[in-house]
Amino acid sequence: MRHTLAVLVENNPGVLARVAGLFSRRGFNIDSLAVGRTDNPTVSRMTIVVEGDARVLEQVNKQLHKLVDVIKISDITADEFVDRELVLIKVSVDPSLRGEVMQIADVFRARIVDLGKKTLTLECTGNNGKVDAFEESLQPYGIKELVRTGKIAMQRGSRYTGFTERSQKMNGNQED
Amino acid sequence: MEITVAEALVRCFENEKVETIFGFPGGTILPVYNALYDSHIKHVLVRHEQGAMHAADGYARSTGKVGVAMATSGPGATNLVTGIANAYMDSVPLVVITGQVPTSQVGTDAFQEVDITGITMPITKHNYLVKDPKSLPVVMKNAFHIASTGRPGPVLIDLPKDVADAVIDFKYPAHASMRGYRPTFRGHPQKINEAVKLIESSQRPVIYAGGGILNAGAVEELRYLAETINAPVTNTFMGLSSFPGDHPLFLGMLGLHGTRYANLAVTQCDLLIALGARFDDRVTGKIAQFAPQAKVVHVDIDPAEIGKNVLVNVPIVGDVKQVLSRINNAISPKKDHTWLDRVQQWKQEYPLEYSQKEGELKPQYVIEKIYEHTGGKATVATDVGQHQMWVAQYYRFNRPGALVSSGGLGCMGFGLPAAVGAQAGLPGETVILVTGDGSFQMTMQEMATAVEQELPVKVFILNNNCLGMVRQLQEVYYDKRYMATQFKFLPDFEIFARAYGIEAFTARTGNEIDEVVKKALAIPGPVVVNCLVSADENVTPMVLAGKAINEAIDC
Repeated sequence: MRHTLAVLVENNPGVLARVAGLFSRRGFNIDSLAVGRTDNPTVSRMTIVVEGDARVLEQVNKQLHKLVDVIKISDITADEFVDRELVLIKVSVDPSLRGEVMQIADVFRARIVDLGKKTLTLECTGNNGKVDAFEESLQPYGIKELVRTGKIAMQRGSRYTGFTERSQKMNGNQED
Repeated sequence: MEITVAEALVRCFENEKVETIFGFPGGTILPVYNALYDSHIKHVLVRHEQGAMHAADGYARSTGKVGVAMATSGPGATNLVTGIANAYMDSVPLVVITGQVPTSQVGTDAFQEVDITGITMPITKHNYLVKDPKSLPVVMKNAFHIASTGRPGPVLIDLPKDVADAVIDFKYPAHASMRGYRPTFRGHPQKINEAVKLIESSQRPVIYAGGGILNAGAVEELRYLAETINAPVTNTFMGLSSFPGDHPLFLGMLGLHGTRYANLAVTQCDLLIALGARFDDRVTGKIAQFAPQAKVVHVDIDPAEIGKNVLVNVPIVGDVKQVLSRINNAISPKKDHTWLDRVQQWKQEYPLEYSQKEGELKPQYVIEKIYEHTGGKATVATDVGQHQMWVAQYYRFNRPGALVSSGGLGCMGFGLPAAVGAQAGLPGETVILVTGDGSFQMTMQEMATAVEQELPVKVFILNNNCLGMVRQLQEVYYDKRYMATQFKFLPDFEIFARAYGIEAFTARTGNEIDEVVKKALAIPGPVVVNCLVSADENVTPMVLAGKAINEAIDC
């Protein structure tokens, strides 16, 4: 099963290598990993999508906790959450077909961010499934280049993965 | 107070009450050595950086303090790597300082540059590359805190030369503070209650105690629990010396080369109380048949160890000393002897045994003699191989922390430098190294360190003219096709010792060794004893790969 983890880490050089290295040497499979700093410049947030059963996930969680630079981990899979991914796709489009492609873009609420003589570059955000579908519908036109950010996610409503003194205490006594 | 970062580093050591540093100098670490010149901290100059690491490790294991090792950048740093991995696997608290090329050159493949923080990421509890001179005091405070608390481990600090030379306003922080590092010490009260209930309702409990008992200083608590509930105790290799070797409840070591009675007891028990142990593959054998009838209580300071290899009924994350004293407060004594009688019967039926004919010298006999002459109280360092297992089987440890040996990594060459480090931490006490002719040759250059520092380590080489453990594996698994395990040449260890100005003996028979052990222990300085033991002796019993631990064979 795929799990979505929200991980708060120290915004230190090398922290990405620590997390990525841990996953590779323990044989955990990362589906995607997105990272950027939070509203607190000393804290970064990683959204990690990882594949595994309950036992693997328990180890992922515990091993991540052992990294001194990891502040907090939430497995938000079971929660209601909003997840988004951004994709940029460059397709080769003859001017005569532009209209068609722009219609597809409309359906997905994608935007055209660059228009070349023979290419169109589109930007689309959405959850995994939507981005997949968007990619699929552009496939027939010939995708020249594609880049996805990987998923970022956030719990809905009043639940959150933030850094507060309280959350830190709970974090320290995870196993209790 | 304005001082250089290198001077600040030495001040940090003084603040942490560091008394001894093991190291080897070189270009980029020179600012630190320059600062050490004015300090009362003792520096032990080793002959190879690997020796510095193992010596700091031996020092830490035998004294319970944080060990400190130091080396220069590049090859100095990479030579530490084996020792760091060793300390990481065995949870030994160390702070390691490496020099680094100046920050302006980092990443340019400069002379003696290596990315040691990158290299050691998987084998340190944490590591730092110090780029901001002002951060050094906080980094040091945190490093000592991380190394010594929770599940202990090595922490490496990489210090570029220009940072070491920078001037800062030094103030040592009173407390370490990291929002991502807060080990859990107190076990969960509800889980402790569950454990107590399980223990009280069990008919056939076995305590399986590991190195965590020694790290937590929970020796008394372990003994109290065992005696109160009448439970036999088996040790992991790392746990040896945490329970008296001559105690009637003691079953010796379990697992691959464990005693048959320990392995039988674990296989038959209905409750396994795992304390500061990690269900290592050398302990469990075929994991599906490990303690198949047992419910499992697992106490460990490291949550990641719980549920990693086996399913656990009552997981308790916490300091094993604190958890045990709570369990002990709640537990009521057990009077029933049925289970113990059965275990005692196994002990009678399946003792560890070997036979030594007139004119022979069996390695096990050497260990028994060393035990007799030291009462199980000496600090015994070992290398890795057959001799190590014979120490585990035949030296009945009677003092907590007395075994200094490479368990998890199984690192040949650990012994001599570790013994040197242990002796540096325990002046005036008997430190014995039991090694093999293979292991000893890996780091025997550290004999010079022992002599220079006047560390009277007693070295017993169980010399069988081969790499015994590997030879045994070839005998059992590869049809006696002995490839690269038998030495065609060995140095004369007596002459070797004399080259270092050390007294040496050679023993060939059982009669000789008795006398030699006595003599060697009486000599005030270092001694080398070359024990010419039977070459074809095997460590037995042995659980073959993929088998359950109650299916051990004699070999």
